[in-house]
Amino acid sequence: MSSLSQALWVLLLGSLLGLELIGKVPPTLHTPLMSGANAISGITVLASLTLIAQAHGQPALLLLGGASLAFALFNVVGGFVVTDRMLAMFARKSDRR
Amino acid sequence: MCPTLLASLPQPAASPLAAVLAAMPYALDLLAVLLLALGLKGLSKVRSARSANGLAALAMALAVVGLLIEQQLSPTAWLWIAGGTAIGGCAGLLLARRVPMTAMPETVALFNGCGGMASLLVAVAVALFQSAPDAALSGAVLVERISIVISVFVGAITFSGSIVAMGKLQGWIDTPGWTQSQVRHAVNIALAVAALVGGLALPADPAGAALWLLVVASSVLGIGVTLPIGGADMPVVISLLNSYSGVAAAAAGFVVGSQLLIVAGAMVGAAGLILTQVMCTAMNRSLVSVLFGGALGASAGGHVGGGGDEAGYTRITSCSAEECAMALETAERVVFVPGYGLAVAQAQHTLRELSKLLEANGTEVSYAIHPVAGRMPGHMNVLLAEADVPYEQLLEMDAINPEFPRTDVVIVLGANDVVNPDAKSDPSSPLFGMPVLEVDQARQVFVVKRSLGAGYAGIKNALFELPQTAMVFGDAKAVLAGLLSELRELGVGKKPASVG
Repeated sequence: MSSLSQALWVLLLGSLLGLELIGKVPPTLHTPLMSGANAISGITVLASLTLIAQAHGQPALLLLGGASLAFALFNVVGGFVVTDRMLAMFARKSDRR
Repeated sequence: MCPTLLASLPQPAASPLAAVLAAMPYALDLLAVLLLALGLKGLSKVRSARSANGLAALAMALAVVGLLIEQQLSPTAWLWIAGGTAIGGCAGLLLARRVPMTAMPETVALFNGCGGMASLLVAVAVALFQSAPDAALSGAVLVERISIVISVFVGAITFSGSIVAMGKLQGWIDTPGWTQSQVRHAVNIALAVAALVGGLALPADPAGAALWLLVVASSVLGIGVTLPIGGADMPVVISLLNSYSGVAAAAAGFVVGSQLLIVAGAMVGAAGLILTQVMCTAMNRSLVSVLFGGALGASAGGHVGGGGDEAGYTRITSCSAEECAMALETAERVVFVPGYGLAVAQAQHTLRELSKLLEANGTEVSYAIHPVAGRMPGHMNVLLAEADVPYEQLLEMDAINPEFPRTDVVIVLGANDVVNPDAKSDPSSPLFGMPVLEVDQARQVFVVKRSLGAGYAGIKNALFELPQTAMVFGDAKAVLAGLLSELRELGVGKKPASVG
């Protein structure tokens, strides 16, 4: 059961880290932050890849894994690009100063 | 299925090179976690935000590379990976580059829903094809199956809830009348009980009817919970659903045994909760009332005026764009207060044009940004940045409030509750205690609004009845365009010497 307790520790520490990291954010950045955090939540792409890797050629598993990979990557790629678009507008402003 | 990191570290290998190669995925995983944390941290500062976003994207790429090295992939697997990547990646890229900035909240909702769907599909696949129905429920197996239940439940709610949220923000879905009655609580409780029954039965028989009961009940529950919530509260819901998709990812991490997935999912889940809390505080609402209170006010949006509310006002002064333009011409200091109505009318470019004209006339122009202005916190900053408004002209509430007494003209554009003076002076007001922009301190206030309808808090705004306030009725964009042409007719901005 050590792997379970370890995974639970990882869960706990990850949550605490998230609370601390996000604690103080200027309101200006809330929308980009939400969008960026949303892109990171697409990390579930790792689960999709694991599923495909361990499918051992089963068509149903490959199909579900492939679909889930497409959904997750849609989230990841779209999320990061859209966040970058928003932040690029702020960056331009501070460069000009 | 959760592997222990230390136990699964590579055994002493034949050659040093082989040992390094075998340790690579672990090193990449650790690096990815570090970069993700730094990325999230950096996203909270204006200067570092853009590079931090890149850092997080890099972390994601490293994690994927680490996983691909670790797993021995067959050619068939590569083919499916390439296919999924091409479809999902291209669709994401296309949408992200084309969507207008004003549609950002619904875009985030759509992306978020798809993340939830991905976790749901992984859990369903593992339940259907990788779980032996007759296996003894030892600790590890039980944990895996509970993780499946959580991943399916949260993933399905995230997906259906996000899609409903997107539909509402796009105006595709209205708030049906029956969802405002108490019936909805009974329906949702019944759905939750059905999901609970499915979740309890699933560990014994993961591929059976319990799974489908769980999938269907959770999906419909996501719709049932989101549908009654009004359009103005949607940002809070999206933020909460964003948090859920993190939880779903962490649960998927338990299902496939990936510690990296657990860390990242937990971080995003916690981040979403904090953001949700910040939004609720700024709106002076509790999360409970957003989720279970239904849509406040006459109709879902708050930007659509309810005719019945107009009787409540007695001392309203209204004026034309021409009068407003004349006040602007002689003002030395002007503050714009942009709100939800400006975002809906997409009038940020017209506003920027107007303020350029005023600046050419020697007027000092700034913008007062309430923490929840627009459709999401920070959304107004994004919209104004898109219209090339200099960053220094955007002032947060705490910075602008002391400035109002020396301001000649304030123009409120489609904002309502965030400028209600009752929040400071009337303890009986539902808004009492909410931090507001103190525009009533300025010499003259013009409120551009479509009608006298209440804001989404559904209450009267004492500002409208003050002697220094005048209402300019109309769509924000049309009024601003009118002001622009009136000012040009007055010759403002052409002859700098003609001031006052």
